[in-house]
Amino acid sequence: MAQGNNSIKKVLTVAFALCLVCSIIVSTAAVALRSKQELNQELDRKTNILAVADLYQPGMSVQDEFSRAVTPRVVELETGEYTDAVDPSTFDGFEAAKDPAQSRTLSGERDIAGISRQEQYSTVYLVGDVENPEQIILPIRGQGLWGLMRGYLSIQGDGNTINGITFYSHSETPGLGGEVDNPRWKAKWEGKEAYESADATDPTIALVKGGASEPTEVDALSGATLTSRGVTNLVQFWLGQEGFAPYLARFRSGGEGGDAAQASTDDAASTSDASEGA
Amino acid sequence: MSAPTPKGVIVTPIFKNNPIALQILGICSALAVTSSLSVSLVMTLAVMFVTAFSSMFVSLIRNHIPSSIRIIVQMTIIASLVIVVDQILKAYAYEMSKQLSVFVGLIITNCIVMGRAEGFAMTNTPGLSFLDGLGNGLGYGFILMTVGFFRELLGSGSLFGVTILQTVQNGGWYVPNGLLLLPPSAFFIIGLIIWAIRAMNPEQIESNEFVMKANTEPKEAV
Repeated sequence: MAQGNNSIKKVLTVAFALCLVCSIIVSTAAVALRSKQELNQELDRKTNILAVADLYQPGMSVQDEFSRAVTPRVVELETGEYTDAVDPSTFDGFEAAKDPAQSRTLSGERDIAGISRQEQYSTVYLVGDVENPEQIILPIRGQGLWGLMRGYLSIQGDGNTINGITFYSHSETPGLGGEVDNPRWKAKWEGKEAYESADATDPTIALVKGGASEPTEVDALSGATLTSRGVTNLVQFWLGQEGFAPYLARFRSGGEGGDAAQASTDDAASTSDASEGA
Repeated sequence: MSAPTPKGVIVTPIFKNNPIALQILGICSALAVTSSLSVSLVMTLAVMFVTAFSSMFVSLIRNHIPSSIRIIVQMTIIASLVIVVDQILKAYAYEMSKQLSVFVGLIITNCIVMGRAEGFAMTNTPGLSFLDGLGNGLGYGFILMTVGFFRELLGSGSLFGVTILQTVQNGGWYVPNGLLLLPPSAFFIIGLIIWAIRAMNPEQIESNEFVMKANTEPKEAV
């Protein structure tokens, strides 16, 4: 190695030149590929939504199918009404939950899903006619055993029958809790009912050990008690009063007609007004 | 060490001087990314790319690197290459980059890359350094793929995601070994590979650094 290499001038020159060259390479790569990466994330999200709606086939054009079949709307969770305060195509409920201005803190009894902050608005995805959808796809999340599980739950137009569930991000034990990914287990959700009766406002759907027999029971994951408990909690949370229950009430009263509509009280009245307005 | 030859620098790291099995470097990522073969393959390609090109670039400017900041210079080159690989994966293999998550970024701290840059590229020509990096990437990949083969086959009953042994969760007969899906199982497999390689090449066995004393007889306290 040449002696002159260790002079201060040489050290500074080499360091500066190297940093310059490397930063140009890194920033070029980052900038040139950014649009493609963002497209990938969007495609990934849309693929998950189509998958839970059972509309996804490998090799299809996700963008086309999504824009054809799915309408995103933003719902104010507390009232269950649609809102135009934010743009559904850009709004991100998960990000909003981190912003104190757009979210609230949850604790103790009210936070059974263990998410600690909940957003004020949430994006729902409607399949079919917006006023009378075939499927309502809700974003759900909550603590599993090792960390946050994020996914989508698809409910049929009656606001009660479950169509499917999917988790696109979780860190559960592979082979045990990680089986929340397993298509065979996910298929068990189809046709289950979230609420016990038409006028119930608290969801009773739960994962049970040793064979599910009721319509509101799903087989728990074997060897994964805590993950199963997490799934039960997060589904009950998001279908409960803190979650989408006020919003789903409009479909549950509207779909059945007659008695059910009478049974649910103020909620139904206010939401049907809103739906006329929307 | 005799003068390195192009063929030698590619072939020796695979069995004779394997970075994982003999030098015990890069174990961390070998534990983390080997639960399925396709992920192992992408990780192998990423590491090969980074080791080969970082060795080449370090070697290109080796006569100008001041010895006082040489480690930082090497790290900067390695880190830049890793970021480029990470960005490319996110753009063109999004699913894969989601599974590899932080481990692409952690190639920066993979001792194999650093070790080759410091131990070989600083004293050899760019072409030879490139091949040496490639060879070490191959050696790393060989272990990764072997570990991945056993972990995916016995842990999930599939290879490259194609079902070979139908598992009970999917209505078949094979009860998968859950341990093999967890990172620590790679320790066992790597240990067995090291045993096998050393049984074939006894010259790799290190001499004992110390001799253990025989157990003393336990005595009753008086």
